Amino acid sequence: MITMNKVSKHYGAFQVLTDCTTHVAKGEVVVVCGPSGSGKSTLIKCVNGLEPFQSGEVTVNGISVGDPRTDLPKLRAHVGMVFQNFELFPHMTIVDNLTVAQVKVLGRDPAEAQDKGMALLDRVGLKVQALKYPGQLSGGQQQRVAIARALAMDPICMLFDEPTSALDPEMINEVLDVMSELAQEGMTMMCVTHEMGFAKRVASRVIFMDQGRIVEDDSKDAFFANPRSDRAQQFLAKILQH
Amino acid sequence: MYEFDWSSIPGALPFLAHGMVVSLQITAVAILVGIVWGTLLAMMRLSSVNALSWFAAGYVNLFRAVPLVMVLLWFFLIVPHLLETLFGFPRGSDMRMGSAIAGFALFEAAYYSEIIRAGIQSVPKGQMAAASALGMGYAQSMRLVVLPQAFRNMVPLLLTQGIILFQDTSLVYVSALADFFGAASKVGDRDGRLVEMLLFAGAVYFVICFTISQLVRYYQTKLKTA
Ligand SMILES: Nc1ncnc2c1ncn2[C@@H]1O[C@H](COP(=O)(O)OP(=O)(O)OP(=O)(O)O)[C@@H](O)[C@H]1O
Ligand SMILES: [Mg+2]
Repeated sequence: MITMNKVSKHYGAFQVLTDCTTHVAKGEVVVVCGPSGSGKSTLIKCVNGLEPFQSGEVTVNGISVGDPRTDLPKLRAHVGMVFQNFELFPHMTIVDNLTVAQVKVLGRDPAEAQDKGMALLDRVGLKVQALKYPGQLSGGQQQRVAIARALAMDPICMLFDEPTSALDPEMINEVLDVMSELAQEGMTMMCVTHEMGFAKRVASRVIFMDQGRIVEDDSKDAFFANPRSDRAQQFLAKILQH
Repeated sequence: MYEFDWSSIPGALPFLAHGMVVSLQITAVAILVGIVWGTLLAMMRLSSVNALSWFAAGYVNLFRAVPLVMVLLWFFLIVPHLLETLFGFPRGSDMRMGSAIAGFALFEAAYYSEIIRAGIQSVPKGQMAAASALGMGYAQSMRLVVLPQAFRNMVPLLLTQGIILFQDTSLVYVSALADFFGAASKVGDRDGRLVEMLLFAGAVYFVICFTISQLVRYYQTKLKTA
């Protein structure tokens, strides 16, 4: 579904990504973790071309992301993305947040888009909030809306960039629950997160990044049982203390 | 001691009202065109295409570095001539209104574009990223996501600039166009009561501008609490 082959990116002299190679098969859930500044967000944004990269190749469903002939908006329309800060559109109601791209990008009939939006809101338990504005919802609720907004586009895979790290602790689980459910339904997911409990329960593989490199790319069990690199061991030790 | 004599005002009211209509027309059209053109300039300025961004920067810097009254004179003197020669407009047709509006709009667009540029930059970068991630192209993301939020934050500044523009319309007296100020000074000259007429005109400008700026302030506090 997603392949990355020797992807490298730099800002001037600063190397953000170095030779990153990995793949995510259909139905797989891959968790990406690593210290702050290690390039996790950059890596995941290369998948839908939000971040350009200078060398290497990324494909989604066989389509090359870096190829200048690729219709990026069209590709992105079917790759869901959830951000750390939700990024709901604050000037639109919740239901409009879910319908605007369906109508304007996919060309769906507004009534059909509305039905789809309401069904998804129901699914994340927020149907009653449909006519409110994002600012009136809690962080956890907003993030569930953001997930529903991405799902409304019928994505072939979903990208998550630290979806719970801006949330108060008591709201983290409501978002992780939605994500776990998605994973169980077979959604292909690439997920930057430090929620190791989630990774243990849901992930197929874990990628560990450090200084722009993919240092470990292993099955979940191998990663948690016995991380090969010192950096990953230290990272795990630190994060599991909390 | 100067003896005030206000008696020429009542009779001149219809003429003055007509002048006010001219002033408001120029203001309204110049604001509208200025905002549309200013938005395009702001988007060019922020664009990654160097040629566009240089053009917009040059335009803005040029218009902000020359006095408005000179721009109006250029348009008054040169543009009608150009239209006559280029598009075969009948010689001597009255284009004072048209050239005044064009002059204001193009001049004000430079100021509006700076306000709008700041407004666009005030929208968090993540909003553009979220719109793109949903498959919206650049123009769609701007139109549906970024600009509505930018304008919402900008309304007070845009209105304040509109008030300035309204006051500046009095400068069209250089083209002898009878806007409100022009009308008042004509009546004053005719009746030898220039002082009274100018005081009266000043009071009218004050009431209008002060009222609108109070409304802007009210809107601003509402925006903050919302
Ligand atoms: N526009 C930019 N110009 C220069 N450097 C940048 C830019 N954007 C990001 N970087 C740098 O690239 C590196 C990787 O950033 P990235 O956001 O991908 O890290 P991350 O692993 O997601 O970190 P975090 O856990 O803090 O989100 C960081 O060191 C960051 O400072
Ligand atoms: Mg990050």
